[in-house]
This record gives sequence, C-alpha cells and structure tokens, in this order.
Amino acid sequence: MNTPALVLVITVGVLYGTGFYLLVQRSLMRVVLGILLLGHGSNLALLLTDGGAALPPLLGDAGEGRIADPLPHAMILTAIVITFGVTTFLLALAYRVWLGDENDEVPDDIEDRRIGALAEPEDSA
Amino acid sequence: MTVLVALPFLLPLLGAAVTLLISRWPRVQRAASLLTLAAVTANAGLLLAETADGTVISSQAGGWPAPLGITLVADPLSALLVLVSSVVLLIVLLYAIGQDVGGLSRGNPDVFHPVYLVLTAGVGLSFVAGDLFNLFVGFEVTLTASYALITQAPTRERTRASMIYTVVSLISSILFLTGIALVYAATGTVNMADIADRLATVPGDLRNVLGLFFLVVFGIKAAVVPMHFWLPDSYPIAITRISAIFAALLTKVAVYAIIRTQTLLFSRDDITDVLLVFAIVTMLVGILGALVQDDVNRVLSFALVSHIGYMIFGLGLVGVPGGHDDAGVAGLTGVIVYLVHHIVVQATLFLVAGLIRQYVGNTSLRSIRGLASVSPALALFFFLPAMSLAGLPPMSGFVAKLALFQAGLEQGGPLAYAGVAAGVATSVLTLIAIFRIWVRGFWGTPSQAIVAAQSALSSGTGRFGIRWMTATTGLMVATGIAVALLAGPLTEIGTVAARELISGEAYRTAVMSDSVVAP
Repeated sequence: MNTPALVLVITVGVLYGTGFYLLVQRSLMRVVLGILLLGHGSNLALLLTDGGAALPPLLGDAGEGRIADPLPHAMILTAIVITFGVTTFLLALAYRVWLGDENDEVPDDIEDRRIGALAEPEDSA
Repeated sequence: MTVLVALPFLLPLLGAAVTLLISRWPRVQRAASLLTLAAVTANAGLLLAETADGTVISSQAGGWPAPLGITLVADPLSALLVLVSSVVLLIVLLYAIGQDVGGLSRGNPDVFHPVYLVLTAGVGLSFVAGDLFNLFVGFEVTLTASYALITQAPTRERTRASMIYTVVSLISSILFLTGIALVYAATGTVNMADIADRLATVPGDLRNVLGLFFLVVFGIKAAVVPMHFWLPDSYPIAITRISAIFAALLTKVAVYAIIRTQTLLFSRDDITDVLLVFAIVTMLVGILGALVQDDVNRVLSFALVSHIGYMIFGLGLVGVPGGHDDAGVAGLTGVIVYLVHHIVVQATLFLVAGLIRQYVGNTSLRSIRGLASVSPALALFFFLPAMSLAGLPPMSGFVAKLALFQAGLEQGGPLAYAGVAAGVATSVLTLIAIFRIWVRGFWGTPSQAIVAAQSALSSGTGRFGIRWMTATTGLMVATGIAVALLAGPLTEIGTVAARELISGEAYRTAVMSDSVVAP
C-alpha cells in the first residue's frame, strides 16, 4: 500500500485549522465560509483513505490491486452533493438574517443575559 | 419479508414526492400524507412483530454482497424505535392538520407535508442503516428536512435561531464524515458488522480515540452536556409541531446512534467511565438550567437535555470493567424503555405548550395564568405527562427510571452510585421545575386577555381547530399511558434487544450472511 501524499495531509490540516478559525468569527458570512472549508477538509480526509498517492482511479493497464479504492470516491461524491445543497441553504439563511437585521453579526445570547439579570437582584438582596 | 426493512424510508420518500405533486389540492395532500404515515406505522408494527423475539433481518440494497453493498438491518431495537417514532409522527401530523384546518397555523402546508415525510424517511433510514455511511446519509436527510422545517413561518428570531441550529448540526455532520474517514482508514470498511469484526485487530488506544470521536459527534446531536448549548436556543423558537417532533425524535436518533456505535463497535473499552461522567453532568446541568427559565418551551428544552443524561447513564453501565454483565443488560434495557417513554412524553409536553400558545399567544410564565380554569382538559394533559417526566409511579417514567436505578445499584462502583444519586436528584428537581409551570401557569385566575382569547377561540372559526388539537394531544397522552401499561412486554423486548446489542452475534451473522437470523 502506498503511503498518503504528505501535501494532502498538510492541506487537510490547514483546511480544518482555517475552517474552525472562521467558525468562531462573528460575521455569519465567515461562518459559512468556515463550514465550506471544513467540508472540503473532510472530503480530502476521505480521499486520503483511498489507498495512497499516484494510484489511477480506473483499472486500465495497471492490473489487479494497483488502482485506487473506489469506495471513498463514491462517498466523497455523496458528501459533496450534501455539502453543496446545505451550503446553498446556509447562504440563503444568512441573507435572510441580513435582510432582517441589516447586519450579519452573531449577537450575544440575549436570553442568557436576561436570566443573568434576573439573578442579580436576589444576590444583592 | 426483507422488504419490510427498506419500507421505513422508501414509503415516506414516495409519499413526499406524491404530496409535493398534489400540493394544489390541500385535502388530497393531507389524506396522502396521513395514508403514508399510517402505512409506515403499520409496516413498523409488522417489523417489530418479526423481530420481537430477537430475530435480526438484514437486506442488501442493490444486490452487492455484505461488506460492500448498502446494508439495511432491523434488530429488535431498530424495529421498536421505528414503531414508536412513526406513531409519534402520525399523531403530530394529526395535530398539525387540525391546526391547519382550523386556520390557527402560521406554517406553509405546501412545504410542510413533503418535508415532514422526508424527515420521517431520514429517521427511518437512520434506524435501519447497517453501515456508518448510510447512517450519515440518514442523519443528513433528517437534518436537511429539519432545516427546512425550523425555518417555517420565519421571523427575525426564528431565522437567527435556525442559523445556530443549522451551523451546529453541520459541524457535527462534518465531524461525522471525518470520523468515517478515520474508521475507513483504520479498518477498510464502513459496514458496522464488518467494522466490529475488524476493530479487534486495531490497537486499543486507536479504538478508544475513534470511540470518543463518535461520542462527540453524536453527543452534539443528542445535546449531551457540554455540547448542548444550541438546543435550548433553537428548539423553543420553532413552531410547535416542529419543536415537538424535534424534541421527541432528533435527539433520540442520536442517542440510538450512540448506543449502536458504543455497543457494536467500541464495546467494553475504557469509555464507560467517560459515559457515566457525561451522564451525571448532563442530568444535573440540564435540570438546573430548567429551574431558572421562565418560558414553558425553554423549561421543557432544558429538561430534555437533562433527561438525555439518563439514557447515557444506562449505556455507561454496560461493560464497566469488573462489573456484572447482567447489570449491563439491565442498564441497557432501562435505556431502551426510557427512550420509548421519553419520545412520547416529550412530544406530548411540547404539544401542550403549543396549545398554551394558542390560548395566550406566547409561552412565557409571566403571561400565562389560570389555564386550569380556562381549559381543564389542557391542565390534565399537561399534568399526566409531566408527572411521567418526573418519574412518579405509576407512570412510564417511573418504570424506566426504576429499571435504570436498579441496574446502577446492581453494577456498583463509585460512578454508578453517583449516577443513581444524580438521577434521583434530577427527578426531584424535574418535579420542582414542573410545579413552577403548574403553579404559575395553571393555578390562579386567568387574566382578561386569556379569557378573551378563550372565548374568541371557542366561538370563531378556530373552534374546530382547537378541539381537534386538544383531542390529538389527548391521543398522545393516551399513548403515554399505553407505554406505562405495556411496560411488561416493553421490558421483555428491551431485554431481548439489550442482550443482542451486547453480544452483537446475531447482528453480525445476519449482516455478513445476508439472511434472517433467529435467536
């Protein structure tokens, strides 16, 4: 079995890192971009499991056992379709939020603040 | 007979297509929707009848042999959960139809019916999926439908809440996909029966890491503390019928996935202690959160988080190092009974909250008062499932909690005892949380606004709708009582299912030989 390409491994790491960094941003647009990057990262991670670098995806002249494992490819295709659909939905949703508030920032948890404020008078009393 | 295994998701998908095509004729659409869910429920009943004795039915969609093809499996646990969820889905559909006919809904029926059936299909697929990737697809189908449902009747708050819900669900889905990649890299298969065999050759530490990874993935979806923050922010905001279904089913599908992966794949490893700690923290943090809320829906949501802890606790009793296997079986049986009880009770309580919203306009404990004198039926329908949630005898919650506590005491060990103590404390605190709703919301004299709303509802066009909704809520309450009455047979099925989950023998044989395996 061939070893996975190091470049691909590093790329997966970078995609996860930047993806999670974007997720904790306040702007919804960045959150959506973060989700996109994470989706790519997980698809590439699946790609890493197909048997190693430089294996052809089709049988051709390579001979038995010398092709990439097709199962992860099939799973990636399914996952790409799902990520694509959901990202479209997320974009629409972010747009709706922007239409409603004219900004796309994630607000503080208002309910949480309210509960906190409820507790304060009892503490001081 | 094997076709029974595929129908839990084929039927509703077909129904979704049909209801989408006939959305111009609302009456026909409602009838088609009801018919589909009735068929799904009947099919689930047949499936349970076939598997109740421990038989495992497997089927390979597409005809590829076991480790490669798309495997569908039904064992007693899957069949039982498919049945309970379809019954609950059917009753909530009836409630929704009453609401629509009575003109009391703000949702869009054109979207609601097809998407609701897609959600049914996703839940069905998750329960019968025999490989990890199909489980992922089942989750995605369910979640995609739920994204569409939670944004029904969008307002500013609802859109914001949906955004939280969607993003958190997506993160856990992406982690799920990563987990599949890791498992595939470690074992070369995604078929759960095959993974169970091959994991034996994987180093123990790697197995534990994979097990923990999946615990986090499904823990987010099941709202296990500390991964629960999204739930109380998103569920209460959706329109009632949707919150009822989300609260009843979506978290339970994740609990099912935790049970399946932690018993079949990562059993008897060092994860049990982690499970017990998670369980204790979930129970206590959830219910303490519920105590300070002043909105019925939010109290119920925090209580939901807290009661997920009971199920994790029972699962944690399995495979305690040096523990008794019998206690493990008893614990898992308790979890299965608890799942059934909680699906029904949680759905009922959210339906009641929906009725409160019809009378008062919102569910804040500040504005509801004296509901018992406005609608005695509503008070009764809140009281019964609420007592069941708190675990008072002779309700179903008592049966389930007793089973769990007995298993915990039998298993012994500091964490098991701590779990039982936390469980008892949570029961008491649940009772307090519920009495807060009862005293503030149902006792006292109703305000002018509530009386006016009530007379408007009992004379106007909404009269039929409100009666229908109350009647279907009553039906759900009756289902909850039926769960308590059927506790004996339910425990028997639960024991059969638990034994089989722990040994995993019948499941693996059925999948790998593509046949029906009797116990």
